[in-house]
Amino acid sequence: MGDSAQADAGMVEAGMVIVGAGQGGLQVAESLRAEGYDGPITLIGEEAATPYHRPPLSKAILAGTMEEAQLAIRGAEFFERQRIALLTGMRVVAIDRSARQVRLEDGRRLDYSGLALATGARVRRLPIAGDGLDGVLGLRSLDDARRIRGALDRAARVVVIGGGYIGLEVAAAARKRGLEVTILEAADRLLARSATPFLAGFYADLHRGQGVMVELGAKVVALDGEGGRVSAVRTADGRSHPADLVVVGVGIVPDTALAEGCGLACDGGVLVDDCARTDDRAIVAVGDCTARRTGTGALLRLESVQNAVEQGKSAAAALLGRERPFTAAPWFWSDQYDVKLQIVGLSAAHDRMVLRGSPEERRFSAFYFREGALVAIDSVNRPADHMVGRKLLDRKAALTPDQAADETFPLASLTR
Amino acid sequence: MAKVTFIEHDGLEQVVDIPTGWTLMQGAVQSGVAGIEGECGGSCACATCHCYVDEALVDSLPPPSETEEEMLGCTASERRSNSRLSCQIRVSDALDGLVVRLPEAQS
Repeated sequence: MGDSAQADAGMVEAGMVIVGAGQGGLQVAESLRAEGYDGPITLIGEEAATPYHRPPLSKAILAGTMEEAQLAIRGAEFFERQRIALLTGMRVVAIDRSARQVRLEDGRRLDYSGLALATGARVRRLPIAGDGLDGVLGLRSLDDARRIRGALDRAARVVVIGGGYIGLEVAAAARKRGLEVTILEAADRLLARSATPFLAGFYADLHRGQGVMVELGAKVVALDGEGGRVSAVRTADGRSHPADLVVVGVGIVPDTALAEGCGLACDGGVLVDDCARTDDRAIVAVGDCTARRTGTGALLRLESVQNAVEQGKSAAAALLGRERPFTAAPWFWSDQYDVKLQIVGLSAAHDRMVLRGSPEERRFSAFYFREGALVAIDSVNRPADHMVGRKLLDRKAALTPDQAADETFPLASLTR
Repeated sequence: MAKVTFIEHDGLEQVVDIPTGWTLMQGAVQSGVAGIEGECGGSCACATCHCYVDEALVDSLPPPSETEEEMLGCTASERRSNSRLSCQIRVSDALDGLVVRLPEAQS
């Protein structure tokens, strides 16, 4: 593997270095091989675990229905066979762009000919008193999930701060274990940053129907503790919500420290184009750590598996001088109780919504239009609508609101 | 534990030992079987782990859930009578010797 002595010899290709061994980083490595790259690949991860699926952390892992070993995306032999050198439990502390080297926490330096940043994100902390008490946990990593699972085993009263997807999934898992659960959301609805008011209302009803206390407009001002352990969450209206476990799910902060440290352009994420390229042609970036400047100039921040995987494929191609833009409609899913939500597209700018199916029966899709054009679909227990919807959006099919609302109209007829 | 044979569309065979309780998808992907993507990690949300299960055994499996049934209508390759999503099939000793064929494309 390239240390600087080898690079000085001038004969050994430095190879590709990937910082961050989550889903996006691993995808870069795999896609480099799939694209025919034969040189050295080093995949460096801060966590001790080999690359794993994060989505089950807030679902099956908390529910206890999945073993940790099942989380691994690839087994050890795969890395050997693909000749991907995996360095786990190792932090990269700096990038030297002029020398094309990364510096590891143990002092080693690795040369790179191409570098991929897949540094992910960190849990956003609450800037309030008591954030550091025992029993106040965020959820991002396998270690976090282990801590929350352990705490759920002992807890009776759980307060979830933040009504986003992570908060809602944790609430569902805790409720399924029979615990008393309160969700405190500062905004006037759930999913305020990511979903429409209609969908947010559906989820508020769903959780309340399951016995979760959903408090909207609840601004948390302090966490109270006893003997160093959290005991209650105080809100601005003067109320105190008793808790022996507090899960903070108020979003993530893209980890841009390395990128900023070496002068790469960042704007709420490492700035990349549709091909995952940063402003340094030798450096690409993928996944949760990125903010994408799309072809239309808009800045897009996505936190999803699809984004990590697709940008990973784009990034590998870009490192080999090829253009493989990621332009597909964003998709995402969330599982809570027996409700499977699948989202495709971006609904934020919609001016019209029509329903297909029945929210009362928890089986419907909400189709969102802007100026007559389909922009997004939220499907609840309607996976076929979602799958067809991806094609409709990617092909810019001319679906009308009337057709979308008409159950007898075959959506798939517009994708052929 | 079951020994499961995955046959890629190009004929390449790979035999994988899969622990009881795991899904066919988990066993295949961890072992690097190329013809299965399993992008969503097993949530039945992406239909990229489509497979054709040995005709002789397909009827002995628990039938697809409503969600799997719908997702099977949306696979990239042709759906056949023995089509399943491999993330929805839990391995037991009874599946030892199972042969699974993989489609030409998953996405």
